[in-house]
Amino acid sequence: MSAMRTFVDLLAGRRDAPSLAPRDWDGVIGVARAEAMLATLACRLEQAELPPPVAALFADQRTAAGVAQRQALWEAEMARRALKGQRIEFVLLKGTAYAAAGLSCSAGRQIGDLDILVLRSDIGRAENDLLEAGWEWVKSDPYDDAYYRDHMHELPPLIHKARDRMIDVHHTILPQTHRITPDALALMSDAVTTAGGLAILCPADMACHCAAHMLADGDLQGGLRNLWDFHCLTRDFAAADPGFWGQLDGRADMHGLRVAVHRAARLARDLYGSALPSGWDRHEPADAWYRRRLFARDDWGRPTGFALQQAFYIRSHWLRMPPAMLARHLWTKWRKA
Amino acid sequence: VRHSTRIAVGPVQFRVGSDWAEPIAALERLYAAYPQDDARPADATVRLFAARPWRRWLRPSVHIGGDFIVPDALPLPLSMGLLAAEMGMNLQVALGWRRHMLLHASAVAKDGRALIMSGESGSGKSTLAALLGEGDWRLMGDEFTLIDPASGDALAFPRAVSLKNSAIAEMAGRVDTLRLGPLLAGTPKGDIRHLIPRADAVAAMHEPVRPALLLFPRFGGEAAIEPMGEGEAFVRLTEASTNYVALGEAGFAALARLVRETPAFGVSYPDSATGMTLVGQLWAEAVR
Repeated sequence: MSAMRTFVDLLAGRRDAPSLAPRDWDGVIGVARAEAMLATLACRLEQAELPPPVAALFADQRTAAGVAQRQALWEAEMARRALKGQRIEFVLLKGTAYAAAGLSCSAGRQIGDLDILVLRSDIGRAENDLLEAGWEWVKSDPYDDAYYRDHMHELPPLIHKARDRMIDVHHTILPQTHRITPDALALMSDAVTTAGGLAILCPADMACHCAAHMLADGDLQGGLRNLWDFHCLTRDFAAADPGFWGQLDGRADMHGLRVAVHRAARLARDLYGSALPSGWDRHEPADAWYRRRLFARDDWGRPTGFALQQAFYIRSHWLRMPPAMLARHLWTKWRKA
Repeated sequence: VRHSTRIAVGPVQFRVGSDWAEPIAALERLYAAYPQDDARPADATVRLFAARPWRRWLRPSVHIGGDFIVPDALPLPLSMGLLAAEMGMNLQVALGWRRHMLLHASAVAKDGRALIMSGESGSGKSTLAALLGEGDWRLMGDEFTLIDPASGDALAFPRAVSLKNSAIAEMAGRVDTLRLGPLLAGTPKGDIRHLIPRADAVAAMHEPVRPALLLFPRFGGEAAIEPMGEGEAFVRLTEASTNYVALGEAGFAALARLVRETPAFGVSYPDSATGMTLVGQLWAEAVR
């Protein structure tokens, strides 16, 4: 069995850690690292019986993930202080939001940049406040800068000069040129507040964003992690509120994300064993391509299936912008390369 | 992956995969006497690969990869495949290891106490460690020294010493040629030849030692010893650590303890013999 299958089976709980041969762990650890999910696996298997070297490595990973999460939450606090002067409201997105709310998918989850969402009308003031508080532009290329400002759903990335941490300031969750236009105002106005006083998306919107990020925006790089988020989020939300799946349907329709959200749910069922309600529990032949893409890594952590990856890469751009614009964009990028 | 091998250095178990046989054979020769546990899962993966399939034969060039990759890093010619493998192993440790605080420093031990030497490349820290390791010291490593955050002890990472430029001739006269790897001439880091550590250094690589002396050597110029304050030693070591930030509070506590409990000096020396004398003098005072 391939390391990717074993890794996913371990996360899903379909396979017990003691059933692995010692050397099976080579591949599992390799692909888990490649998917930036080694600490996630370490948390999932915290109670499992493991070979001592694996147990030691996993303990390191859990500790390191705890430190990284504290640092990520501190970054959120820094943003709060920077934006509080002008009373700019912001909502945490993705990894930092999961950690701030203590959601189960945050156990061991790697958090890269700080992602926040602000009202479109606040974006200029937010940028000014952050620049004054020590964040700096990273993209020096004028085309890239203009591209972000004119067409993307976020400001060009900013890095804090002292802490060397990146912030992505979004005003919606998909590029402006994308075929789908989620209701950014509803995302902001229905946000909820954590016990720590930070705002996060409401449960249904959080799941919508997770699915949009994985299936409508990107080329499925890091897809296993996003899918794990989706699996944990929907499982926990549905356990806390029996009406959750119905609300998710409603919100997904409102944001134009029905296809992405339903596909994410089916893939989470296929890979991680999510239990889906009747209206969701369908089978679609096209899902097979997504599953193949999600498993496209060999036992040494190397990406495989070059053609399939390219296909998903092209698809992501196809969704992101109309064809004429895509042609212009690629032409400009190619000339600069 | 066509060719592969497993190497354990200090607490880290590597698996190294390669598109070519030569780097693996060279590694296996250097690390033949290291302990092998085939059942032990690998902590870190190193891959040496051709960017395009035909580059395995046509002007073969070795890209360094694995769990962590440095984007845009230049590949090396196949004749320097061993250097690529070593760089790959260092890279995985530098970016991936979390159990200990990593210092970019060489270290040697005597009587259960450690001398740690930190400096830029060219400071002579590798050469001094190699020379001391041929005397009555145990070589702990020429590249990384690991500090256990819980105990404050230093741990060895005794990979093959990478001798550079004039250090090659200096050591070649002192050791059995069987302990030397092939000469890698004209690499981006100059001429390089690996030295296999003595058997006692490998046998004792899991034994923790208490740091006794911190030196910041500088090769060239008049012989001089300059006591270094805790603050300066601290700042220099944060810069010499690849995972200080990632360890958070534990890293801060470990480093603060290290500089508080360990006397530190800047040492300038015009040649290795003088360097060894100064080290001996400072060591005698430190362990008195």
